[in-house]
Amino acid sequence: MSIPKIMKLVNGEKGDLIQITSLNLDGVMRRRLLDLGFVAGAIVEVIRKSPLGDPIAFRVSQTTIALRKEESSQIEGMLITDGE
Amino acid sequence: MGNSYRIALAGNPNTGKSTLFNALTGLRQHTGNWAGKTVSLAQGNVQYKDKTFNLIDLPGTYSLFSNSSDEEVARNYIVFEKPDVTVVVLDATSLERNFNLALQVLEMTKNVIICINLIDVAEKQGITINERILTNRLGVPVIKISARNKKGFPMLLDTIDRIVTGAIECEPVQMTYSDDIEKQIKKIEPKVYELVGNQLSTRWVSLRLLDGDEKLLNEINQRFGQRRQHNEYSTVI
Repeated sequence: MSIPKIMKLVNGEKGDLIQITSLNLDGVMRRRLLDLGFVAGAIVEVIRKSPLGDPIAFRVSQTTIALRKEESSQIEGMLITDGE
Repeated sequence: MGNSYRIALAGNPNTGKSTLFNALTGLRQHTGNWAGKTVSLAQGNVQYKDKTFNLIDLPGTYSLFSNSSDEEVARNYIVFEKPDVTVVVLDATSLERNFNLALQVLEMTKNVIICINLIDVAEKQGITINERILTNRLGVPVIKISARNKKGFPMLLDTIDRIVTGAIECEPVQMTYSDDIEKQIKKIEPKVYELVGNQLSTRWVSLRLLDGDEKLLNEINQRFGQRRQHNEYSTVI
């Protein structure tokens, strides 16, 4: 058993399943992300990355949502399944 | 008109609010599969028994914290225009996501019906929903429908009818927050009451003020007249 790896969503690779542990954002953007399903405990899947790695599409609570790196770099989670 | 009632339809985008609206009113408001489709408020009437239900199709939103003009329109309608009943339309295949909005509405207003749409699609996916348990837990009627196949409409209309006549009393479940927040609510709720009286849910307004929702504060200022100066509210927060 390996130690769970904590990572930022922005560093996720296609196919990764990441369980969110914290959102380091405030105000309206935090609220917005929570409303969209980026809550602690939720498992998100990295669906695809743009050629330059920004934005990244995630599947969260059965919906695909793309985030820019400004936001995805502020969300941390535990790597559950490595997409590799 | 003594027996005309306003029924607002709220819900996430793409949950079939407009489909339900069209099926009930016989109107053909265009529905589309992208967010923010319902921009202005469409209205239409349904006759039921001796009553007229004036249906208002609110913009589809994930939330009602007025992060966007859509959310603001929907929220202001529910809170300030006070429809007789607010029907929250949920997508049966993604209840977790949809309940975010439903729980927000339950905090804002009392007469709510939770209308779980796309029940036929959910059943095909092997999802079963026990509406009785949900009704008991939420304190408001929960009804399963399929707007596309016009299933569950008699039950929905009958429930609306029974709420407006007072035959059903809604008692939405109240979310309890951390001790600290509850303490703060108790502190400012009396002052909020002085301001808005029974017009709005004082608990909800208190929560929004604790969250620093200035847009709501401005809206209250506008609608409830300038009885006090803005500075005084600020000290409350």
